[in-house]
Amino acid sequence: MSGWITHLGERFMSFLHYAGGITVLAVRTVFWTFMPPFKRKPILEQMVKVGIDSLPIVFLTCLFTGMVLALQSAYQMQKMEAKLYIASLVALSLTRELGPVLTALVVAGRVGASIAAELGTMKVTEQIDALETLATNPIKYLVVPRFIALFFMLPLLTIYGDIVGILGGYMIGVWRLNILSNLYWDMTWNPLKVKDIVTGLVKSFAFAVVICIVACYEGMRVEGGAEGVGAATTKAVVISFILIIAADCLFTALFYFGFSF
Amino acid sequence: MIELINLCKAFDDNVVLDNVNLTIKDGETVVIIGRSGTGKSVMLKHIIGLMKPDSGQVMIDGQDVTRLGGKELNELRLKFGMLFQGAALFDSLSVRDNVAFNLLEHRKMDDDSIDRRVAECLELVGLKGIEGLKPSELSGGMRKRVGLARAICMDPKIILYDEPTTGVDPIMADAVNDLIKGLQSKLKTTAIAVTHDMTSAYKIADRIAMLYKGKIVESGTPEQIKNTSNPIVKQFITGAAKGPITEDS
Repeated sequence: MSGWITHLGERFMSFLHYAGGITVLAVRTVFWTFMPPFKRKPILEQMVKVGIDSLPIVFLTCLFTGMVLALQSAYQMQKMEAKLYIASLVALSLTRELGPVLTALVVAGRVGASIAAELGTMKVTEQIDALETLATNPIKYLVVPRFIALFFMLPLLTIYGDIVGILGGYMIGVWRLNILSNLYWDMTWNPLKVKDIVTGLVKSFAFAVVICIVACYEGMRVEGGAEGVGAATTKAVVISFILIIAADCLFTALFYFGFSF
Repeated sequence: MIELINLCKAFDDNVVLDNVNLTIKDGETVVIIGRSGTGKSVMLKHIIGLMKPDSGQVMIDGQDVTRLGGKELNELRLKFGMLFQGAALFDSLSVRDNVAFNLLEHRKMDDDSIDRRVAECLELVGLKGIEGLKPSELSGGMRKRVGLARAICMDPKIILYDEPTTGVDPIMADAVNDLIKGLQSKLKTTAIAVTHDMTSAYKIADRIAMLYKGKIVESGTPEQIKNTSNPIVKQFITGAAKGPITEDS
């Protein structure tokens, strides 16, 4: 019994240690974001890696999701003679929920893993120590450009994903279910309000912070060589996934109960 | 002058540095020898402020490194150059940007002046025309030398070498030793090297100190170390399999 309690206590302490570490890194990152010097080049490089290079995978994921959403809803909608509403369903599901979440999950898998592996390798090969000996703050040099890039690129990718997903729904709705093109567009844009897009974007800003901080934290505390890098990469992706879903739930509840959206 | 005063560091129950006292005069080259895992690199990391001791002080020109943080520590670090065991070159940067890292980050210099300085440093370490290469395109010995070029680029007052000859072939190791020796006489810097390579230690050291079980057990000139009567040091420098070190462990 006492062993079980000790184990539970150890797990709790390790959770607190992890949560504390993540929080400290997040606060330091925000602090160093506003501290000079401000260099454009590393941020632009990261924006390309995070944003431009993610376009194909976000395109495929959101296109197929939009198509599947239209096809799945067609089952029920056709029975109720309401297949016109497929357009609204696809648009609202994507902008409010699926667009931000799926884009964030894809980026967490692609970019988060790459950040954790890159920083982890730098840690085990003493490159992060070398940065410090060269009088350079690793958070300012390594974390801040990735943070700014993710913070701006993830919402942009989300908007792009929303549009692509809606196009996917359009392809099924118009070409397969024979809904008139102008009717499909009307039923897409009419129910869509600015707040639907804004709630999705607010989520994606939060997801960007989660992906960056978790990946950088995991990368920068790697120990034990290649095995440690592999473990940190896996952990970064898994923890990001869990936190993205949890944050999504929290924000959805907040918007639903708190702001009567 | 660098002074380690009663420096203590433990990782959980493993005491790595146990009241270490060591003084290194300006312009002196001190080599710390000892078995792998005895805390030689940990000692170097304390000197440059990468690690904080459990107790004790690291004084550099009257400033206690252990009490410095942020801007002050970074200003002090600009006086240092450090060669890491695996060179620790930044994979994403070219050789030119690696060597010029400090100049690009901390000095406002035009590109031509930076290029000239990089070429000078690379020439000092016997490498020319490799500015555009990436670290992944270099051999182990070249990486060490580029690491050395990066360490000397800002004309540091103190250079720290972490296992400078590990991982390179004996001929390249001797070339690295010559390079270190040449730099010491040319730049008149204070240098601390940690190694378990006795050939290297004898060649580059003004003084050799042996770290054993967290303490400096012997310190002296290469000649004094060669003729030591201390059985621990004797076993280490001769590389004998049997002796007090192996009996203790």
